[in-house]
Amino acid sequence: METIVYPLFYFIVFPGFLFTSIIGLLASWVDRKVTARVQWRVGPPWYQPFADVFKLLGKETIVPAGPRATLFLTAPLIGLIGVTLVSTIVWMVNLNRGGGFLGDLIVVLYLFTLPSLAVIIGGSASKNPLGALGASREMKLILGYELPFLIAVFTVVLKIGSVLFEDILSYQEFNGIMLRHPSGIIAFAVAIICAQAKMTLVPFDIPEAEQEIMAGPYIEYSGAPLAVMKLTRAMMLFTVPVFLISVFWGGFSFDGWNILWSILKYVALLVIAVLIRNTNPRLRIDQAVRFLWGPVTVVAIIGMVLAVIGY
Amino acid sequence: MALKHLPLKKSPWIFHLSTGSCNNCDIELLDCLTPRFDVERFGILLVGSVRHADALLVTGALTRQCVPRLKECYEQMPKPGLVIAIGNCACSSCIFRDSYNIVGPIDKFVPVDVYIPGCPPKPEAMISGIVKALGKL
Repeated sequence: METIVYPLFYFIVFPGFLFTSIIGLLASWVDRKVTARVQWRVGPPWYQPFADVFKLLGKETIVPAGPRATLFLTAPLIGLIGVTLVSTIVWMVNLNRGGGFLGDLIVVLYLFTLPSLAVIIGGSASKNPLGALGASREMKLILGYELPFLIAVFTVVLKIGSVLFEDILSYQEFNGIMLRHPSGIIAFAVAIICAQAKMTLVPFDIPEAEQEIMAGPYIEYSGAPLAVMKLTRAMMLFTVPVFLISVFWGGFSFDGWNILWSILKYVALLVIAVLIRNTNPRLRIDQAVRFLWGPVTVVAIIGMVLAVIGY
Repeated sequence: MALKHLPLKKSPWIFHLSTGSCNNCDIELLDCLTPRFDVERFGILLVGSVRHADALLVTGALTRQCVPRLKECYEQMPKPGLVIAIGNCACSSCIFRDSYNIVGPIDKFVPVDVYIPGCPPKPEAMISGIVKALGKL
């Protein structure tokens, strides 16, 4: 009985779905509020993302005549499951060092692509030209950011010599954080740029460019599936910075004053992402791929070489 | 019923449809989103797809070409949804009433919840109109 109930509890309530979605929605409020303040506006109240999601859940769901309904409706769930699993695995290791399993870092890296995959499936299944355009852009963007992101993460793996999440965390606990090493700093900078693309925030929000292709892959979604899509994006806003902090910045600890320090680390990373989003124009897809495969990958490889030499 | 509509009142997303207007109402509509009025305070967002919308904001004196588009947009909007007529033309066809290509005010074809007259209505009038429309829910 316990072998079923505990994992379900972990997955649905505490480090998993409920916890991640609540913090993620609050994070998306921070995003909107900071954006509003940067633009000299007042911005929405704190409960705004919750109101948006609950409103969408209560609305009619329209399935267009063209698409295959099963694929169209299950695509949002794939993304939601992916981001929930990532969050559960990362938090289980952070809260309790024995909570990981062999190769959990690689599993997390694979599961991180599920939300983007869901967007591609949903966009292509919606049988809308703009949706298909958004899906194809998302595909190119994945090809673009996945290479430097993996190189940046594997810089840390080379430095530490283990693909176990708990080894990475305990190494940083005893030998200082990865940001003390030059290779760690370079990898962290590259990872922040790639995280921006992973969360599809502004310099890389090419797939759902609101002004040119009207939300792209989301265009045919309405009601509950759209709510799930929005929720997935909000949860990514929480999970991606948590992952970066775990890999590069010593992870989270919850004894005494460290709680405050953990929260501060997360909020700092979130505000960096929001400020990048607010001070940059949107790139074209070819510019984005050229940027990610050119300078960013070169810098990431330099960081990796430094890690191999021993810096 | 009221509980279901509570989040809707807090986050009405609007879709803007021009049915042959002179663009004046549309410019005034976009004024609402500027820092001076900032309707995001009330959770109002301008969305790009009518399937995300809760309120259809129609401007213009409904030309013959626009009738099927207006009907289609109304049917594509997930319910519960509101229709708000903005400007004198959308409310009553105004001076274009006898024109050969104008088929009439939009309430001939779709049910309108709130009329906001003016040529063009001020952004304050639009915000007040949307608030009144939400009060009807």
